[in-house]
Amino acid sequence: MIRLLSRNIICFVVVILIQVLLLNNIQISNLINPYFYVLFILLLPFETPGWLLLCASFILGLTVDLFMNTPGMHSVSCVAMAFLRPPLLAAIAPRDGYDAGTYPRLSYYGFEWFLKYTVILVLVHHLLLFYIEVFRFSEFFSTFIKVIFSSLISIVLIIISQYFIFRK
Amino acid sequence: MRNLIQLIIRHHFLLLFLLLESLSFFLLIHYNHFQRASFTGFTSSVEGYLYDKFGGVRDYFNLRKVNEDLAKENTLLRNQLDRLQLLDYRSQENDVAPPDSTRQYVFSQARVLNNSVNKEFNFITIDRGSLQNIKPEMAVTSPEGVVGIVFSVSRHFSVIMPLLNRNLRLSAKIRKNNYFGSLTWPGESTEEAILTDIPYHVKLDIGDTIVTSGYSAIFPEGLFVGTISGFDRLQGNFYQIKVKLAVDFRNLEYVYLIENLLRDEQVTLEENQYND
Repeated sequence: MIRLLSRNIICFVVVILIQVLLLNNIQISNLINPYFYVLFILLLPFETPGWLLLCASFILGLTVDLFMNTPGMHSVSCVAMAFLRPPLLAAIAPRDGYDAGTYPRLSYYGFEWFLKYTVILVLVHHLLLFYIEVFRFSEFFSTFIKVIFSSLISIVLIIISQYFIFRK
Repeated sequence: MRNLIQLIIRHHFLLLFLLLESLSFFLLIHYNHFQRASFTGFTSSVEGYLYDKFGGVRDYFNLRKVNEDLAKENTLLRNQLDRLQLLDYRSQENDVAPPDSTRQYVFSQARVLNNSVNKEFNFITIDRGSLQNIKPEMAVTSPEGVVGIVFSVSRHFSVIMPLLNRNLRLSAKIRKNNYFGSLTWPGESTEEAILTDIPYHVKLDIGDTIVTSGYSAIFPEGLFVGTISGFDRLQGNFYQIKVKLAVDFRNLEYVYLIENLLRDEQVTLEENQYND
């Protein structure tokens, strides 16, 4: 239990550091702003109680907000994403459910499952985040293109991280 | 209470989600300049829209009060106008007005309570009576033109004999040449009356203005009655002129009552003369 907790706290700190120190400083293009830190929400154990999931996501979003000086913007997106996580997990569960002692990672449930899981949640997060950032619908399509490109890069980064860091 | 707690526990995930999202939105609106500006812009435009609509509805309900106020103001202005005209007239004639009658006509306004237009002998009821100094044979007009004459009076109400009553004869004249005749209503259309007694040699045109003659000592001279809409020659030497009435009797709401303060004097004098 303590190990699980400490591991998640370390994960929390690491994703935030990667996001804030590395990705936020890389200006590839105006179109691409990857938000890799949502990986933390994706990787929380299956058994995480709902309230903890929501609170952890809120704190994660708020921490990123504090670094980026945009209070509320990331926390709105993260909480929404966390809210959708349990129903999504139920919807895409393998035929015999999730085995005890496993985590929602690529190495446990395969590339296809993990891709579905990641694409949907990352898209939700990025859609909310970018539309809240512009806060109007008049630039709907240019925002939408930004969402698509940034999500693509975020998803690629998250998948790559699965192969390099979170091996079995 | 226990049910409430059970409800909260059962839906804690949704409730916590809503709570955290509201908190985030609060932070978002409160600490981000751009979002705050658009948010307040949006709310104030919604607010403005709502106020506008509600204001429109409220204005609509206030219309009756506004109408009443306007009618009152009109009465006041007409009274002042009459006083000024009389002063003007008297000063032109180099005549000194008698101290007890610096004015000839007094105006007051009333609201129409009951009205009929579809009978041969129509009447209008108004909300003023003898308590408000209404007397029979006072003139009644509306902002558009002549309505009729006060027929009978109770303490709180009066009945008006309008132009749309076959018993009413109004002394009217053609404004451009001052030939006068008698206006009656044939009992057909609510928009048309007949002016008779205009001799055949008078030149008429459709659209000529008909006004009161002022000979009856009831109406002041020159109140608008209507316009000529057609005329034929009757046997004899008189026209029968169709007059389109200025007042729409079907939607009458406010009327003015005109009292001629010098009427008694005129009538008494005339009676003495004609009885001789």
